[in-house]
Amino acid sequence: MPSRMIVTLATAAVMAGASVSANARDLSVVSWGGAYQAAQKKVYFDPFKQETKIPLSEESWDGGIGVLRAKVQGGNATWDVVQVESEELAAGCEEGLFVTLDWSKIGGKDNYIKQAVDDCGVGAILYDFVLGYDKDKIKNPPTSWADFFDTKKYPGKRGLRAGPKTTLEIALMGDGVPPQDVYKVLKTKEGVDRAFKKLDTIRNDLIFWKAGAQPPQLLASGEVALTSVYNGRIDAANHDNHRNFGISWNGALYTLDSWVILKGTPNLDASYKLIDYMGQAKNQAKLPEAIAYGVTAKGANALIPKARLADLPTSEENIAHAVQIDTAFWMENIDRLTERFNQWAATK
Amino acid sequence: MPRRSARRCPLRPEAPLTSHSIAEPLKELGIDPRPLKAQLRRAQRMRKLRAFALVLPLLLFLLLTFVAPILDMLRLAVFDNELASVWPQVTQTIRVWNDRSKLPPPAVFDALAADLAASYHARTLPTAARRLNYAIDNGRSLVFGTARQLPATSQDWAATLQKLDPRWGDLNTWAAIDQASGPTTSYFLLAAVDLKKTADGHIAAMPAEQAIYIDVLMRTFTVSFTVTLLCIVLGFPVAYLLATQPPGRANLLMILVLLPFWTSLLVRTAAWIVLLQEQGLVNNALIWLGIVDRPIRLIYNRVGVYIAMTHILLPFLILPLYSVMKGIKPSYMQAAMSLGASPTAAFLRVYLPLTLPGIGAGALLVFILALGYYITPALIGGAADQMISYFIAFYTSDTVNWGMAAALGTVLLIATLLLYWVYDRLVGISNVKLG
Repeated sequence: MPSRMIVTLATAAVMAGASVSANARDLSVVSWGGAYQAAQKKVYFDPFKQETKIPLSEESWDGGIGVLRAKVQGGNATWDVVQVESEELAAGCEEGLFVTLDWSKIGGKDNYIKQAVDDCGVGAILYDFVLGYDKDKIKNPPTSWADFFDTKKYPGKRGLRAGPKTTLEIALMGDGVPPQDVYKVLKTKEGVDRAFKKLDTIRNDLIFWKAGAQPPQLLASGEVALTSVYNGRIDAANHDNHRNFGISWNGALYTLDSWVILKGTPNLDASYKLIDYMGQAKNQAKLPEAIAYGVTAKGANALIPKARLADLPTSEENIAHAVQIDTAFWMENIDRLTERFNQWAATK
Repeated sequence: MPRRSARRCPLRPEAPLTSHSIAEPLKELGIDPRPLKAQLRRAQRMRKLRAFALVLPLLLFLLLTFVAPILDMLRLAVFDNELASVWPQVTQTIRVWNDRSKLPPPAVFDALAADLAASYHARTLPTAARRLNYAIDNGRSLVFGTARQLPATSQDWAATLQKLDPRWGDLNTWAAIDQASGPTTSYFLLAAVDLKKTADGHIAAMPAEQAIYIDVLMRTFTVSFTVTLLCIVLGFPVAYLLATQPPGRANLLMILVLLPFWTSLLVRTAAWIVLLQEQGLVNNALIWLGIVDRPIRLIYNRVGVYIAMTHILLPFLILPLYSVMKGIKPSYMQAAMSLGASPTAAFLRVYLPLTLPGIGAGALLVFILALGYYITPALIGGAADQMISYFIAFYTSDTVNWGMAAALGTVLLIATLLLYWVYDRLVGISNVKLG
């Protein structure tokens, strides 16, 4: 029956051609890859495909507003839903690279914690810069950034991120500025001077790290006694490498990664459906089991086991004395303060 | 014309054989009528063309990957149309601003208001805000804050704008706009050497807390120079040993030099972290031997950078030096000593001068490579040990300030070329031998 086969093939070809010409490519979601995206796949992407029967393709990226700019301005972007950092969210929204969200399609603004709500994006995860230490070496745990600067009470070196961002905030909190006033003080010239002066007091005890993987290693090798560190790295070191690291959540600096929809997407409805799915408390509650990031749906915390919630930045206790990193402030001042930071570092 | 030459030909025996009288029958016989010299020239030209075709891919490759990026970098350091591309009116109009002791004329304020409104609408305002933020403190919030509150019309834009934000009445703000108006700017290059242009057009020093790049450049050269010196001191005996051992043992030793050479830079850097840290092998050994009683700081400072970079770059000095030493005949030394020179004198006056081309080549290689080092100082150095490539990377990938990145690159390139020129004067580049 060769003739029937030809007919079938021809039909299939025509249908395939039709679907391509209608621009019906699959919905695509883009995240950070690695263990994190693997967890997202298990918790969000695979169940979403099963429940909605919407085909979904996955990609990963390393960030950078330039990539998004090229995708959107080039037209015919191949990405729909993308996870971005706070600075990409702000810059992309200003430049009109993202769809202005219709919150009624994703459960309304009240469905989310207030930090997760933005014109162009929905917070996906919330994570912290915290004060980390090794419980095996330090018996009376440090409770604030003031302890971080107290080399008598806690002898040993201290680790901070190379560069002014988070370092200056920590210095001000160490000097007694309450977390909620940090940026108010930092926006003044006197505030910046005050932060550098505080850093001066432990200048010879400071070690600066560059990559997020470094601080747990510095703690493990005993190179530093206290360090600023991403909370997820401490959690991973405790679980995967059987460390006994502790966290002081007081004065934690947090930031969010958000989901955005690239402008011009042919899959707008499906994009909203995916974001809505990923925004539901019952789905979000499963993510922290795999990775110690806080989630943004209001009811999610209630569904997370108590023991696990204590490790998360979003638990009521942990977020009570935390402060959100001010994206707008850093977009404006990072060049100048980086120069100043390096000038400070070079003068003995 | 051909006729005449044909006629004249038989009368002049020394005339070349191009004359058509002979050419015709020669052609019929299938012999190229042109003179031998021309044929040879042609053959040589063909050969040259063929040779050129062979190197053409390499030439194109070099043009694309080496010359073009450098030219583009130089262009980025001085050309600056970022602001002009999104604020076409004010960047044009501001040219009428001649009296720098007063604010620009009203037309310039009108143009600014029109540009602000248009670019806010077209969502290109972030570009203008980013560019002005380089030179104006809190320039982003100035631009965005004004654009958000901008009324649709105004009788007097100068007054309206200054009311929205008093900084529009500041001469420095307008000088910054003027300097960013393109098509070329000196802002980035000046900033890369800690200078800036003031509102009245004079060149002045950057404020002390922002003046870091001269310091960083000097640091880059100091580190590179020290590492080169350490490599010479450590590498010379090794190369000598390699060159004077019997082949079997020399090969074994050579493997010891080459193995680390083949290992990834990142791996070697990470290995040094393990060795040099406070509880690391080196410190533990020193304490065990009783040389020190407390761990000494070998990492996250300059000492660590010197140790790791010297180790990583050492093969680049040893290899050219070794091949030069291999070419020195032992009979020279023997001759010197048989003529009465002491071993030291023979070494200093005969052997050492013969190795100079190798030292020169190795030192130049190490120095130039060290100038661009980024990962090793970033991971092993402290905040005060970062070299210029750290800042180039910061501006390229962290803040997307390509003008500044290009300007720093340009300054490094010029400084390196200057040093190369000095080196050529002192050592003579023709004396450098790579093998």
